Amino acid sequence: MSRIGVFVCYCGENIGRTVNCSEVTQRAAKLRDVVYSVDYKYMCSDPGQQIIKDAIKKYNLNGIVVASCSPLMHEKTFRHAVVEAGLNPFLCELANIREHCSWVHDDKRNATDKALDLIRMMVEKVKKNLPLDTIKIPVTRRALVIGGGVAGIQAALDIADGGKEVVMVEKSPSIGGHMAQLSETFPTLDCSQCILTPKMVDVNSHKNIKLYTYSEIENVKGYIGNFEITIRKKTRYVDDSICNGCGICIEKCPQKKINSEFNTNLGTRKAIYVPFPQAVPNIPVIDKENCTYFKNGKCKVCEKFCDRNAIKFEQTDEFIKENVGAIVVATGFDLYSIEKERSDNYQGYGEYGYGKDPDIINSLQFERLLSASGPTLGEVTRPSDGKIPETVVFIQCVGSRDKSKGIEFCSKICCMYTAKHTMLYKHKVHNGKAFVFYMDIRAAGKNYDEFVRRAIEEDEAIYLRGRVSRIYREKDKLIVKGADTLIGKQVEIAADLVVLATAMLPQKDTVPFAQKLGIGYDKYHFLSEAHPKLKPIETNTAGIFLAGACQAPKDIPEAVAQASAAASKVLGLCSNDQLEREPYVAYVNESSCIGCEFCLQSCTYSAIENKSIVNSKGELVKKVAYVNKGVCQGCGTCVSICRSKSIDLAGYTDEQIYSEINSMFV
Amino acid sequence: MEEKILTSQFEPKIASFVCTWCTYTGADLAGTSRLKYEPNVRIIRLPCTGRIDYNLIIKAFENGADGILVSGCHPNDCHYSSGNFYARRRFIVFRELLQFIGIDVRRVQFAWVSAAEGAKWAKLVNKFTSEIKDLGQFTNYQKIKRDIFLEEAVI
Repeated sequence: MSRIGVFVCYCGENIGRTVNCSEVTQRAAKLRDVVYSVDYKYMCSDPGQQIIKDAIKKYNLNGIVVASCSPLMHEKTFRHAVVEAGLNPFLCELANIREHCSWVHDDKRNATDKALDLIRMMVEKVKKNLPLDTIKIPVTRRALVIGGGVAGIQAALDIADGGKEVVMVEKSPSIGGHMAQLSETFPTLDCSQCILTPKMVDVNSHKNIKLYTYSEIENVKGYIGNFEITIRKKTRYVDDSICNGCGICIEKCPQKKINSEFNTNLGTRKAIYVPFPQAVPNIPVIDKENCTYFKNGKCKVCEKFCDRNAIKFEQTDEFIKENVGAIVVATGFDLYSIEKERSDNYQGYGEYGYGKDPDIINSLQFERLLSASGPTLGEVTRPSDGKIPETVVFIQCVGSRDKSKGIEFCSKICCMYTAKHTMLYKHKVHNGKAFVFYMDIRAAGKNYDEFVRRAIEEDEAIYLRGRVSRIYREKDKLIVKGADTLIGKQVEIAADLVVLATAMLPQKDTVPFAQKLGIGYDKYHFLSEAHPKLKPIETNTAGIFLAGACQAPKDIPEAVAQASAAASKVLGLCSNDQLEREPYVAYVNESSCIGCEFCLQSCTYSAIENKSIVNSKGELVKKVAYVNKGVCQGCGTCVSICRSKSIDLAGYTDEQIYSEINSMFV
Repeated sequence: MEEKILTSQFEPKIASFVCTWCTYTGADLAGTSRLKYEPNVRIIRLPCTGRIDYNLIIKAFENGADGILVSGCHPNDCHYSSGNFYARRRFIVFRELLQFIGIDVRRVQFAWVSAAEGAKWAKLVNKFTSEIKDLGQFTNYQKIKRDIFLEEAVI
């Protein structure tokens, strides 16, 4: 037997001005099963809440309808009050007679009638409400950080410093990411490695961080607080527990002329290598494809010289399981490749001749040329003949902001690093001339615009507003044809080197990776945040957070800031033994479920699994759907798709909604 | 004279199914912005438009609704990432079913109203209410229902 109490709020004059609250209260008292009905000036105030608490006890109420503001505003307040009176919080509903009624209507008669309708609907709904318990989920108080670039490093260090264990997984042989490849950083021109490598060393030596390099995420199972991760540790052919990084193997390796990925193919490495001298961990990897032993079955020079017997040619991939409660994704970016032939849907820039002419390079390659640890040891020379380039043309927005090439976004950092490139170039080649073709200069950020001005005014970079149409070789020079739209003329520059500021795109294979984790991605395959403004760190899967350029183009300070934000989210999550969440989850009626699996397919969160029902002899009776409460987010898509009406959503059950519909009109 | 106007004025009954994350919040915003709109709509709050089973819509018609307004997050903005796509796809099929059984499809409208679009919500309600006023009271439902039951009985 339902005993419903209706509490009508005037909200000062906010409701009372257009809704006749005393009339509503009197009429509500006559609704079926309503045993008590009262109005009050401010129901959310302490005395107002006291009225509710007293009435629950006095009239033995088992359903509460508060006719007041939006449930998004005060549902928590009133449910809290109800709990204090000893009632289950989910037996309290709000009828929204302010935002949806008094504030949007002028006519008092209409508004009063509508308010009563809204109350009636809620009275009928609350009769069907079931007492629910908040769901408690245990939390594994450790975190996984995927990606060992500057964002991943920052997140890992922050979490580890907060006293929680971190597992870091990096796919390449060393952590450091793109930042390790940079020469100097804007706007202060600190040496990138000098500020990064101490952090890399910290990661490796931190007692709370477990580092897996040359490893990838194989599989992710579970949900917030309880993820089970399978990590594939790729074969190094070097036992990292024995190797001390002496480097004798690298010295003796006869395979010398392999393009170095770290040096963006401008330098060479050997078949056994560490990507760069400051690599963390300082343990070499054998490149199976180029190793003489793997190709010809003979060599093993490295094994011969290793006095610790760390070379293991028989090693295979290792699979490791780790349990964590939260995940930070910091997989970073990749550069838009601008060769003419492309396999994906981006069109490339055939007219710019990248990949055809060695003296047309991208900005990351130019960073390596500038870097003191780069292939030229910091001397700016042309890749083709090693000459010092006297004229360098920089082209911005190659790919970015170009709808016809399939990329509409701004890559954000190119304006700044191109200004930096012109400066560093000028500092190294004093008589050199730097030309920059740009569309707009976007230098918003602390000390950023001043930096660009410095490049133009002090280091005499010549900025030309316009696009480049074509680049072709004429003997020793590259002829760059473009437009200077500010003076309205065609320009032709004979350059020694052309540097293309190509667009930032997410890492390749982000899509299968995102699907593995069950997180969203946009049309460029950047990973999606849960809300563009209010949840920029969270993903739509609870417990998984984003950091760095995997979400959108970002510079270093932004990536670091987001990483620290993600770390604080993780620490917040890990500061509890248990998580509490609203019990709006789907549940299955196993006796009527026919096991069609429609719900399984419709669930975005993979929260529904198969469950076998067996009899006492252990024989399979039937298969039914089973909802994992920890994973279910309560959208109810499975409910409407169920053909046998065997699945329902707590808090929004069919019974509740039909009751609302049935009482909607009188 | 006044009484005659009152009785001749048809006030449609409109049921609305909205998701809590976008349209319900958008409708709240219309309230906080003090935008005025027609008082004919009764909102049912659901977690997501993906929760809308078309039986709910039929049930609302059965209870005397003259029009149904369904609204949720814009495509790609769904809080649950794809619930609104399910709703949209289901709605396409449902429209054909409505047409088939003889219910004017203009009586069911699907819209996207985000949490920031309070003005859009107010405009939508006004527009839809006036459209339903033009269509008139939905008296045909009971007849259609009888016909369907009769046909079933004959078979």
